[in-house]
Amino acid sequence: MVEYGDIRVVYRGGSKINFRKPVISNDSRFLLCASGESVKVFSSVTEECVHELRGHTGQVTGVLLRPSNHLQVYSCSTDGTVRLWDFTDGILVRVKNEKGTFRTLVVKQVCVFVFAELFQLVAVNLPQTPDQLVEARDLSAVLSDVSSNPSTIAFGRGGEYLASVNNLKMEIYFFKKNKSYRFEPFNGGKNTFTCIACHPKDDCVATGHDDGKIRLWRNFKQKKEYTYSTLHWHHSAVSSLCFTPEGTNLLSGGVESVLVQWRYNQENQKDFLPRLGAAITHVTVSPDGALFSTSHSDNKITIIQSCVKVSAVIQGLVKGENVTTGLLVDPRSKALVLNGRPGHLQFYSLQRDKLLFHLDIVQQEYIHEAGLEQFEVVRAAFDASGLWLATVEERKQKSAELELNLKLWSFDEQTQSFVLNTTVSAPHEARITAMCFSQAADSQTTTLVSASRDGHFKAWQLGLPAHTDGTQEYEGPSWSCDFVGAYHGLVPRCCCFSADGSLLAVGFQEVVTVWNPTSWELLTTLSQPPGDVRNLCFGQLSCSKYLLGSNNKKMVCCWNLLTCSLEWSTSMDVSLLLVDSRSENMAAFCCQDGSTDLFVFKPSEPRPLFSQKAVCSGRVIHAVFTPREVMLESSEESSQWLNRSQLYFLTEFMDLLTFSTKAEEEKLMASSKQLVIDDTVAMTPFYLLLGKHRHEHLGNEESAERTPLPQSSVAIKELLQTPAHVLPATSFLCSMFAKSLLISVTETSRRVGHRFNLNNSDSDSNSSFRFRFFEDMTCFTRAS
Amino acid sequence: MASFKPTQIPDLPKLGEKITEDTLYWKNYKAPVQIKEFGAVSNIDFSPVSPHNFAVTAFTRIHIYGPFSQEPVKTFTRFKDTAYCGRFRSDGQLLVAGCEDSVVRLYDVGGKAALRMYKGHTKAVHVADFTTGRYQILTASDDYTCRLWDIPNAVELTAYQEHTDYVRCGVTSKLNRDLFITGSYDHTLRVFDSRTEKSVMTMDHGQPVESLLLYPSEGLLVSAGGRYVKVWDLLKGGQPLVSLKNHHKTVTCLALNSSGQRLLSASLDRHVKVYNTTNYKVVHNFDYAAAILSLGLAPDDESIVVGMTNSILSIKHRKNLEEPKETSKPRRRPSYRVFMKGKNFVPKQDDYFVSKPARQHLAKYDKQLKRFNVSKALDTALEAWLRRKKPEVTVAVIKELDRRGTLKNALAGRDEEQLSRLLCFVIGNFFDTRFTPVLATTAEIVLDIYQCVIGQSAVIDRHLIHLQKLLEKEIYYQKDLMEILGMLDTMFAFSLLRKELICVLQHYDDLSQL
Repeated sequence: MVEYGDIRVVYRGGSKINFRKPVISNDSRFLLCASGESVKVFSSVTEECVHELRGHTGQVTGVLLRPSNHLQVYSCSTDGTVRLWDFTDGILVRVKNEKGTFRTLVVKQVCVFVFAELFQLVAVNLPQTPDQLVEARDLSAVLSDVSSNPSTIAFGRGGEYLASVNNLKMEIYFFKKNKSYRFEPFNGGKNTFTCIACHPKDDCVATGHDDGKIRLWRNFKQKKEYTYSTLHWHHSAVSSLCFTPEGTNLLSGGVESVLVQWRYNQENQKDFLPRLGAAITHVTVSPDGALFSTSHSDNKITIIQSCVKVSAVIQGLVKGENVTTGLLVDPRSKALVLNGRPGHLQFYSLQRDKLLFHLDIVQQEYIHEAGLEQFEVVRAAFDASGLWLATVEERKQKSAELELNLKLWSFDEQTQSFVLNTTVSAPHEARITAMCFSQAADSQTTTLVSASRDGHFKAWQLGLPAHTDGTQEYEGPSWSCDFVGAYHGLVPRCCCFSADGSLLAVGFQEVVTVWNPTSWELLTTLSQPPGDVRNLCFGQLSCSKYLLGSNNKKMVCCWNLLTCSLEWSTSMDVSLLLVDSRSENMAAFCCQDGSTDLFVFKPSEPRPLFSQKAVCSGRVIHAVFTPREVMLESSEESSQWLNRSQLYFLTEFMDLLTFSTKAEEEKLMASSKQLVIDDTVAMTPFYLLLGKHRHEHLGNEESAERTPLPQSSVAIKELLQTPAHVLPATSFLCSMFAKSLLISVTETSRRVGHRFNLNNSDSDSNSSFRFRFFEDMTCFTRAS
Repeated sequence: MASFKPTQIPDLPKLGEKITEDTLYWKNYKAPVQIKEFGAVSNIDFSPVSPHNFAVTAFTRIHIYGPFSQEPVKTFTRFKDTAYCGRFRSDGQLLVAGCEDSVVRLYDVGGKAALRMYKGHTKAVHVADFTTGRYQILTASDDYTCRLWDIPNAVELTAYQEHTDYVRCGVTSKLNRDLFITGSYDHTLRVFDSRTEKSVMTMDHGQPVESLLLYPSEGLLVSAGGRYVKVWDLLKGGQPLVSLKNHHKTVTCLALNSSGQRLLSASLDRHVKVYNTTNYKVVHNFDYAAAILSLGLAPDDESIVVGMTNSILSIKHRKNLEEPKETSKPRRRPSYRVFMKGKNFVPKQDDYFVSKPARQHLAKYDKQLKRFNVSKALDTALEAWLRRKKPEVTVAVIKELDRRGTLKNALAGRDEEQLSRLLCFVIGNFFDTRFTPVLATTAEIVLDIYQCVIGQSAVIDRHLIHLQKLLEKEIYYQKDLMEILGMLDTMFAFSLLRKELICVLQHYDDLSQL
């Protein structure tokens, strides 16, 4: 095995931004949230990421504003450090080291409270030293047995007490008395505490429960005489609670994806902001109470203006439970396409690491209710030009039959989005196993082939526009079934078009059938030793005469289509086989005892171009080659396969990974250093384009209009500073002064120089005189 | 963002025939007037002169009806036996009719008794017509002969004995007084010229010929016999042009509409089909209650008259186009100014522009769905006009409720009236294949919920029994269909056997190679 040092697997995009409660800055301009190993600072207006505070080596588990300086922020991480950042500039201020990993963080005055590993709440006193690196030794445990979720802990009334809930227990700790009260009011059932919030001005604690109830606790300074009132609107667990800074309102959210605003002391009055898209995980309010923000389970942060209007949505890559559509690349925008929100497809730009948009496939109101079977997008395919998108959605209920819809979307140039063209309800009787478009980009007609478990594969073609008599409205062309193929009642598992669209290969269990898509004739059948065909791929470019297939009996076969015979076969347990459309290369992912190996090869060559053992832990479930915008110029043989395209893959833990070369990383680093960020305006591409332009524009104007400052000229300095009585006659000085205002060739641009060409030659001839004059002048001054 | 997605109403494929201009034209007739005659109506002939009365030959009588009367204006009853082929002369003054007793009778339209009787045929005369010369009569009979008679003298002029079977139809040329064409049960059509001794042209139809029709230009001849309608080009010497087979029983009668653009054929299979004469495709179809023997079309297609074997004469009158115009007064619409009010306002420089968000308009059922009022949503979707005019909307709402998992809640807790309304809808649309999957689940849930109260309401019980009967019937149909499908499959399999065998052999060859 050759060691390829310069190619490594890197995480790309889509870190979680809904992991912990975000923080809104005092002026409501920025929103900070923990995202993987860094803290991201977003602009609350433009939704763009302004900075990324990098430095932690473990997952960031908490972000909080420093109470004494609202421009600084604390963050803690599982690497055992708490860091203080100046978030407006993105500068690291202080690092503290500590043993153990921190779960979350709360801050009060000078103390930083952290949750240590053993679910203890620990107070950390910060030593006041100017050093950057501080070792915190002064630790004192405050509460033990706290939940790992930071929303179960809250400070009340200016930090007088601390309330914490865990399962069925509530504990309130008073700092002055140094005493804690424990309440266990419920016996069990669905009364488990889920979150807590303390009123900022009043002695009142609000707790959320598993059954959707919110309880407001009062008079908890004694152990016995506490009282509580119950608010009930949520139908399932309350996941987050938050009081507004003045304590007039209480906000709550849950799986219903409705933000509920309760009036404090008038609890029967409530406002709703429904249909926020996905289950709410955290609710926060900005310190001035103007902005609310809700984090959602689909990796999204919504910024809401005073409970009325959604003003901004910060969306990360949505990672559902399973990506059934696989990874696709939109040929038009080069965006990565996969399952997003329920019933949507997400278009994710890999270059900008940003979610572009969600395409609503199902077009139905999503009901936020657990255990409800809803339509899911299970298959999607793009044609070669990106003009057509085919999607399959299905809904399986326990007792009822499978509901299937095949939808075909055409790209609309005017609106720059996909528009529904045809809906085929129940295209097949059973689940669709594979779907592909004819690859040929220049052909007049496009063909879509869908293979299903009912033993048929169907070819769909775009029909001609219906001829109408003129009285009826014109209807555009729509798709209809052209051919239904079957082979001995076997189940087709995969299908594939050749690069020029002249052949269609369909894998029926252990038999590969090759069809002619124009006449729908069965041309030949290729069989391999027993084992169901899992993947089928036609070779590209110079290898287009090869057809590769892998089966579930650890075999990879390559057939020569010219001779219809087996070219080679090898024993490999290939779980994924994919072809790069820009080169002859093919990639095969092999799964072996919990880790995955990658082989990149050409069908015509016996030796693999690149192989890497243990690419990642776990199975690779989907992979795709994406074309690069700019070709890399790598000369090394091992990394040449990455020159034209990149390989992205998704593991079973929903991590999106890619291969990156050293040269590429260096290039990235260089480009990131170039960006000098002005924090008043977020760095949008639009800004980069227009802002730079404006800068240049301004600069040009200045240089063109403003004359060089006269103060800089030595002659003028002398003129102004020399006492009047020692100056020579004004008439004598005048011409010299005028000459000093002229611009010499060496100092300024060529254009200006041309204009004053004549004068310059003059001044050159006079320069000797000027020197003499100054010598005289100095003599004068010394004498005086 | 926070907007409600309304219920998707699927764009279902439209069932039934497509609406074309032809269907609009031919559907624009009033409900038929049905008149009981004394026997099977064998012939209908319109008078060529206004007011276009028509003579209806049925059993031993010929009735003459006015264009709008439902009572005969005139009756000729002096026939000894069944009358045939009562036809008007081109001036509408005389009427000729054949008879089972082989005597041809000539009537004055105003009179009662026959003016002349033409005796000479030996068997029943099924064809009688005036030639264009106005003074001769063409008759054809079951004694295989066709004869020409002089009207005033009642003398036989010529007799042609070329057919070898009954002669049952014939037409005279409207342009040439000497030409006539007869069709016979010996499968031939013969063109005769009275100036010659023999037929000038013979065409073979292939089936016993029942009816003949000449185009106004007389270049084309249409013949009907057996299940076929054939068009012949006379100018090319009787070359067959088209053969139409759109009926599944004998075609008995032909007619051409006033413009000559559409051809109508009536058949014993109870249908009248309308063809386009440019491409000979069926553009419309009329259904009748019994086998049709005769068909007549009034000038300008004002009415379609059809005579049937069950002795019913059905008259369809064209709907008057002016009628709706008279009733609807032109409603005064708001003036242009109303629509333009405020639209052309130009904001001043420092005006602050407050944009109003576009309000989403939701249907009634969507408003209820938005509020999770599932029962009310179903109620609004079951409103009378919606469930009658747009059942797909109601079904879509039921489907949406099912998707939300709340269909059971929506269906439960209904009183007798609401439940019977729901059941009516289910029964009415159950066998529409587009709706069956949804309505089947609905019916199941309804039965589950209300099984404990079955027997308490007569109305509901009646509905349920009706539904059960329908289901049994449908299952029976499906069984039959499956049987037929099985039969067809064996037939197809037999025809495909050879090719398939080769495929299979090839497959085994491949296997053996590896």
